[in-house]
Amino acid sequence: MTLKLGVPSKGRLMEKTFDWFGKHGVTLRRTGSDREYAGAVEGLDHVSLVLLSAGEIPRELAAGRIHLGVTGTDLVQEKLPDWMRQVRSLEALGFGHADLILAVPRCWVDVETLDDLDAVAAQFRANHGFRLRIATKYHRLVHAHLSGHGVADYQLVDSQGATEGTVANLTAEAIADITSTGETLRANHLKILKGEPVLRSQATLFASRTAPWEAAERTALQALGQALGRDDLTEGVFHD
Amino acid sequence: MPSWGAGPNAMTISQADRAVGARLFSAFLDAGAAPVDADILQPAETLLDLYGETIRHRAYVTADAVRGEQMLRPDFTVPVVQMHMSEGAEPARYAYMGEVFRKQAAGVERPREFLQAGYEVFDGKDPAAADAEVFALLRAQLAHLPTRAVIGDIGILRAAIAGLTTTPERRAALLRHIWRPRRFRALLSRFGGQLPEPEGRAALVAEVAEKGVAAVIAANGPDMGRRSPDEITARIARLRADQEATPIPATEVSVLEDISRLRESAPNALERLRDLAVDLSTLTPALDQMEARLEALAVRGEDPAMLEFDGTYGRASLEYYDGFVFGIFARARPHMAPVASGGRYDALTTVLGQGRAIPAVGGVIRPGLVAALEEAQR
Repeated sequence: MTLKLGVPSKGRLMEKTFDWFGKHGVTLRRTGSDREYAGAVEGLDHVSLVLLSAGEIPRELAAGRIHLGVTGTDLVQEKLPDWMRQVRSLEALGFGHADLILAVPRCWVDVETLDDLDAVAAQFRANHGFRLRIATKYHRLVHAHLSGHGVADYQLVDSQGATEGTVANLTAEAIADITSTGETLRANHLKILKGEPVLRSQATLFASRTAPWEAAERTALQALGQALGRDDLTEGVFHD
Repeated sequence: MPSWGAGPNAMTISQADRAVGARLFSAFLDAGAAPVDADILQPAETLLDLYGETIRHRAYVTADAVRGEQMLRPDFTVPVVQMHMSEGAEPARYAYMGEVFRKQAAGVERPREFLQAGYEVFDGKDPAAADAEVFALLRAQLAHLPTRAVIGDIGILRAAIAGLTTTPERRAALLRHIWRPRRFRALLSRFGGQLPEPEGRAALVAEVAEKGVAAVIAANGPDMGRRSPDEITARIARLRADQEATPIPATEVSVLEDISRLRESAPNALERLRDLAVDLSTLTPALDQMEARLEALAVRGEDPAMLEFDGTYGRASLEYYDGFVFGIFARARPHMAPVASGGRYDALTTVLGQGRAIPAVGGVIRPGLVAALEEAQR
């Protein structure tokens, strides 16, 4: 039995995850050719590395097919409606910072807050005969945020990529997306609404609460806790 | 007979549920209703247009490349109203019984699929009598179970808003947010002068006054998207007018707050509301209507003193009801969904009536909850 650790399979997120574990005396590395998604763990017994797309890690954690996984809080909270019972956030890794924000055209000089957005949505619907469209791939989080703040007369339209371009392309009036520096937003003549973002996200080490935690995996998690200097790492993970 | 469901021999809707449903349906027919049915797959567009994103998160939406988005029937009222508005003669009474489908939040162990037996009245002759007819008929079906009835009236809140000494825009904003109590309270506090206006608004109005609206818009990036510079200009004009509006008088704000806080037996609530009408006389017609309803209920054998009036009842539901609202709850199961619920939805017939409208009131009983309560009694 081994503890399965799911890590993003490419890009900066993978490199920074490898660095982070490396700093704590655990070496993660890819094995085989550059194109093969196989990996190895050194410095911890009974741990195996699973390389996955960051977007699939929440689902694998919830299904209990991996014990630990590194991914963004945004993806976990969007994809797992019952995330508090399915996973446990063990450690924020301090990189991959991004906020899920709402943005509107910069030329909307009368719109700065959710309050304004709500008022404009009512007027827009009266003028155009349809609800103001907000393009996003984060349907659950955005709906929860807007309904919590009592915003009405909008609709969410799905956008899985190039979301910042939807306003200029006339397929949406506003957007909700992840941003770290805001540069793409500015380049597309959009501005972020004031107030708290929908969500603050960063790369986080999650534990699955549904995975089979046998003796060997428990020991491995405790050993990881020691490597990280966290005696309490196993708290709330095992169901018993 | 094989059954497919949550576990071995366990279906979400049991045979007992169906038997109760059949019993209720036949009682509604005996009361003079015509039987109606509705497709389980409903075009999503109408419901999405009526209720927006909220319904998307409460109902199951399916993808269909040919017919477009379809929705698993979240209730019967909308299809029954559509059917009546296109072909029904008036007055009319309808009964239906069948499955409805609702998504539930994570961790909520309520059924996603259950039966509803409903009774709807399209009759404008005597609204108070129609309200009482629906309520009393549903109550009679539950007479053997210990229940508690809560009534409310969205019409009273609407009448109060209509009487506020303020701009039409502010009244419209409050009316629009009846169903979002948190935003409603925030708006009321701001319009009453207790909360400052949003940050930056005064600065924007001042900048526009100095440089002209076209220059301010142009300085902030290109014109982009469907919302035109004219719409932005119009909104800024409204913001300026709103700045000059005098605050809603404190006595009127407190009338609205008192209505929201009201939780009394129905006759006491009416008396209290009559006192409030001294400060806000537009309440009076709505209160006369409430009084007529209580009298009509008494005629039907319902003691108004046993009915609990809740000034906020119905405000957490879909934006649907605009007058009388009610819920009937099992005494022994305070956390159970209401066994029966309903209300008046005149405005919905206007929206769906393509120019026609008719006063309408209706309600549903959930046979599954009745069956569970009957089982517990045995």
